[in-house]
Amino acid sequence: MKKKIIYLLIVLLLIFIFTVFLKGLYKPNLYTPSQTSNKNLIEFSGKDLFSNIEITSQQLTSSKKFTIINIWASWCLPCRSEHPILMDLSKNPNLNLVGLNYKDQSDTAKKFIYELGNPFSNILVDNNGIISIELGAYGIPETFIINSNTEIVKKYIGPLTNESFKEIEKIINQ
Amino acid sequence: MLSSYLGYYSLILGFIFSIWLLFYSFVSISNKNTSLKKNIVLILFLQLFTVVLSFLSLVYSFIISDFSNETVYNNSHTTKPLFYKISGTWGNHEGSMLLWLLVLTLFIFLFIFKTKNQPTKYKLLTLFFQQIIILGFFLFLLFTSSPFNFLFPTPNEGLGLNPILQDPALAIHPPILYLGYVGSSIIFSASLAALVQKNINANWANHIKKWIFIAWIFLTLGIMLGSIWAYYELGWGGFWFWDPVENVSLMPWLCLTALLHTIVVLEKRLILQSWTIILSIATFTFSMSGTFLVRSGILNSVHTFANDPERGIFILIFLFVLISLSLIIFFFYQTKELNEKKIFWLSKETAILINNWFMMYFLSVVLIGTTYPIFLEVITNEKISVGPPFYHKLFIPFLIPFLIFMAIGPKLQWIKQDYKKIKIQQFGFFIISFLIAYLIIEKTNAEYLFTTILIAAAFYLFFISIGEFLKKNCNFSQNISHFGFSLFILSVLFNSLFSSEFSANMKIGEELKYKNGLIKFNKIETFNEKNYKSIIANFDIVDRKDTITLNPEIRIYNQPNILTSEADIKSSFFSDKFLVINLLKGDNLFNVRYQNKPFMIWIWISILFLIFGGFTGFVKKYK
Amino acid sequence: MKFFKFILIIILPFFILQKNLIANDNSILANKISKNLRCLICQGQSIYDSQSDFAISMKLLIKKKIEEGDSEKKIYQYLKDQYGEWIVYDPELNKKTIFLWLFPLILFTFGGLLIFRKVFIN
Repeated sequence: MKKKIIYLLIVLLLIFIFTVFLKGLYKPNLYTPSQTSNKNLIEFSGKDLFSNIEITSQQLTSSKKFTIINIWASWCLPCRSEHPILMDLSKNPNLNLVGLNYKDQSDTAKKFIYELGNPFSNILVDNNGIISIELGAYGIPETFIINSNTEIVKKYIGPLTNESFKEIEKIINQ
Repeated sequence: MLSSYLGYYSLILGFIFSIWLLFYSFVSISNKNTSLKKNIVLILFLQLFTVVLSFLSLVYSFIISDFSNETVYNNSHTTKPLFYKISGTWGNHEGSMLLWLLVLTLFIFLFIFKTKNQPTKYKLLTLFFQQIIILGFFLFLLFTSSPFNFLFPTPNEGLGLNPILQDPALAIHPPILYLGYVGSSIIFSASLAALVQKNINANWANHIKKWIFIAWIFLTLGIMLGSIWAYYELGWGGFWFWDPVENVSLMPWLCLTALLHTIVVLEKRLILQSWTIILSIATFTFSMSGTFLVRSGILNSVHTFANDPERGIFILIFLFVLISLSLIIFFFYQTKELNEKKIFWLSKETAILINNWFMMYFLSVVLIGTTYPIFLEVITNEKISVGPPFYHKLFIPFLIPFLIFMAIGPKLQWIKQDYKKIKIQQFGFFIISFLIAYLIIEKTNAEYLFTTILIAAAFYLFFISIGEFLKKNCNFSQNISHFGFSLFILSVLFNSLFSSEFSANMKIGEELKYKNGLIKFNKIETFNEKNYKSIIANFDIVDRKDTITLNPEIRIYNQPNILTSEADIKSSFFSDKFLVINLLKGDNLFNVRYQNKPFMIWIWISILFLIFGGFTGFVKKYK
Repeated sequence: MKFFKFILIIILPFFILQKNLIANDNSILANKISKNLRCLICQGQSIYDSQSDFAISMKLLIKKKIEEGDSEKKIYQYLKDQYGEWIVYDPELNKKTIFLWLFPLILFTFGGLLIFRKVFIN
């Protein structure tokens, strides 16, 4: 009797392990922490790329119903591809579009803007990348949508697409 | 083109041979005929030959950069140096699976060919079980991981091999590792055979011991090469990261080391038969599970080869088929041990049991640490990381008694230790070790209690094993290995206690103060090599005593577009001086990291002692 | 006497190898923390080892927080809130990880019992 129990336990254990591994195969490896509740935007400040004036996050988020922070750099190729979408977004009156220039040189950054257009009301300079990390970014480009309560409503990792444009429009036009 | 056809059809031929061998062995087992057909060795040779031929065809395809072959296309490039074109053969998933098959077929051929004084039925059973494994791998290779897929039209250039893998140590690391890792398959098959045959006795133990030694030597050597590569090549100055792939090679090693000890008990005293078989099955099971964990993409690691769920499913099913098969056979054929011999508490047998107890504990730590995140994620959707701190916390306290048992155990007699023969001097060593450890910790302000006792325990083993050498009838091979292990623990401890490092961003021409000396960044020179652009920096490290020059390098590869950092390391018996630089964006700044790592080279030397002990054990004549 | 000479020869190197304490305490702590953090965009590297943008920025952030006086625990908690539990390599002891820490110990005890049974009973 004792032996039979041991056999049964071993069989059950094997089936359990097999099932877990089988399921584990299909789990995606890239982990993005799910936001179960909206986090508040941390407070930060930085110099504006063009005017060189120190601007706080408070000032940026208080002007319109929604604020979008887009992290970009002139050396980042996907940032180029998503730029037209930012230009379109900037036309929305409910929105304050802010740029965060990540680990860039000011002359090449300015050149990027002159070339492709400026969708941003302000561009803050993040020379060493600390502001981006404090926001919780992994890399660039990344885009954060913030409501009037300074809550981060949605975060996009990677370049914006037409699909994400539509999603964003939905959110900010509520 | 042609070589791929040759490789593919050779593999098919080998597949046919393997099926034939499987049926033949199955049929012959029930046959009363006691003599092994002479053709069997020939067919086994042919099976091996076809796999070798297939393998060589793949090597050839790599050498000539035949990009009509998909594997070559994905993993090679015309500008790759010849040596690395060749080693690129096994530096990818398909090629390494072919290498698996090569070692599997090699070992069964050698086993049947060289095993003389064992019953025929036993050999046939071993053949049967091994062929099941071989057949599984043929199927896996041919249906999911063929190295001979064609690309049409033929591309002009390949996608290139990761330049980090272009290193001599890494080139030979897989073949050597596999000889151990995959070689444990023969122990698995032979153990199941012995179980069915019911001849688990001293004669069998003596016979299988040789194979255990072979697998163990190569596995230890393979793991060491991997660590050496990581240290010299990856530029982080570490040699073991508790990364899943490393853990996956450590698990069969722990099993195999435990088995090596248990087989000695089996040979001497004819006990622990069931446990020996369990360990044999477990070793190969861990090898196969490791292959699954690493290749299926289920785990996230630096070494992940292929992220293909389909392949993962195949290996998973195959693995569980093997486990189920071995468990069914184990429970069906297990007999109550004929001699219920008593084990006296103060004896060598008990010492070895204790060794196994600790080994299994270490194994469980590595196993649970590696697989727990998978279970957690599947069940609760939460993701956690299990890294070095976990392993250190669970290993270090247990290493202390482990080392002490290692020192005392070999001194104990078989069956029963005569109390009168215990020498008081042994305790003297213990006290001295403790004193030394205390002195070291006090002088260097290191705070950890555990570290003190650990150093003491390691010194104890160290002194005891040195003392053993001075005796007349010492077991040389065992002593060298144990000595090597104590040296290993001491080297690792001192290295981690006394290492120092410096990290800063520097401009060319800058010099910064460091510890009564200077670090001078003199200049950089750029060169254009065959498949990369090289930036070599020239540094002077000025010390109280002398100045050394180090030349770390940054390589910018063209295909694929990767940047690597090559550390410059000056090794001496006292310490390694390790310097690595990295490019930073803009401002012509370089991130400079300099480390002084004492006793680094002793870590490798001590493992060589460990292996040498195994080697002497293998070649020595049995009484 | 020979014995003591022998011991002295072993101890002597340790006096020679006297190491000066590393000057900057903050950098020791910063290194310790960054070795315990996973680089999220690399496969299996720590923040300390990685030279990716993410890691470099993270190292600066850690330095900043240490200078602001945050404790090690507080920094880990902050990063866990931002990025999830898996950024820290040392799995803390909580409901989720209790089995992780306990299983090996349970198995050790179990093994010990088996041996005890084999050696002292029967």
